[in-house]
Amino acid sequence: MMSCTKMEERILAYVDGRLKDSERSETEKHLASCAACRVRVNEFRSVGELLDELPQVEPSPAFDVRVRARVAAEPVKQSWWAWLRPSPRIAFAASALLVAILWIDYHSTVIAPLIPPDEADAQMMQDISVMEDHDTLANFEPLKELPPAVDNADDADDSDHQM
Amino acid sequence: MTRSDVQLMLDVKSGDERSFELLLQRYRTPLVNFLYRMVRSREQAEDLAQEVFIRVYRAREEYVPSAKFTTWLFRIATNLALNSLRDHRYQKLEMSIDAPLMDSEEGDQRPFEVADKHPTVEQELVEEERKKMIRHAIEKLPEKQRAAVLLHKYQELDYAEIAKILSCSESALKSLLFRAYEMLRVELAPLVRRGKEAK
Repeated sequence: MMSCTKMEERILAYVDGRLKDSERSETEKHLASCAACRVRVNEFRSVGELLDELPQVEPSPAFDVRVRARVAAEPVKQSWWAWLRPSPRIAFAASALLVAILWIDYHSTVIAPLIPPDEADAQMMQDISVMEDHDTLANFEPLKELPPAVDNADDADDSDHQM
Repeated sequence: MTRSDVQLMLDVKSGDERSFELLLQRYRTPLVNFLYRMVRSREQAEDLAQEVFIRVYRAREEYVPSAKFTTWLFRIATNLALNSLRDHRYQKLEMSIDAPLMDSEEGDQRPFEVADKHPTVEQELVEEERKKMIRHAIEKLPEKQRAAVLLHKYQELDYAEIAKILSCSESALKSLLFRAYEMLRVELAPLVRRGKEAK
């Protein structure tokens, strides 16, 4: 047998006619034997009818006009390409920027040493031993063509005499 | 053939502005009624309903028909109404206690309601008193219960839909509705009894 507490869970659905057949017949069995729940069901129905008495309200004539105006004022959403299309200046500026970036990138690759920085450092370290080797330097052909070194001390003496 | 709400919204998504106009015509009255009964001010109800339509329009690009259109629409409306009531409550607290009191039940609904069929003055007064009592009973409900009753009674949405709108479980909604109707039964007891005597 259904309890009054269970009835509380079902009362609205019963009044609304939204119960399954099995639930409805179980509820009606309870109502047949419970006067308090019968009264409550009638009063819930009565409340529903009272709520129906409230008149419907109509939006003012200006309502639609205002909504349409606000919709018309909404910014139009566009894709990236659609954003570029209506503005040739922006499209031109973007293209020029792209060309400039590519040009700079190409030239920096040509001008910059092709040897990676780490390898360049290692090469320099190898050259230091050659630079410090006096015999190698003395027999280095291009250096032989240079004029003989000037003695700085003599120059200093000469300048003293001139004074 | 009448297009469904979801179909209309998908058409709006693909750029058909006339479908938005159809949705506006379909839902302007239910939305304004719902919001009016929530916030009890015609001006505010229309402002909020406008905001609901604008939000729907703004969301058109991302619209995915994962739920019923009405669930989405009334969810936006309910959230806006609850926020507005909360903000209004703070405004009221800031008002001077010396400010003259207004009859909130009268509000500004009179020129807004659809007129009855020429009743006598006495009948009109009795009817107005009756409506006033019903409005007052609805107004006295806690905000969430009020929203649940309005969606259940006037929009005739099913329990699962109302539960989604109010972000609660279906059993919690049933309990919420039961408490709300119990409160209305107590508040409207004189009218409820009169109704029973008349039968």
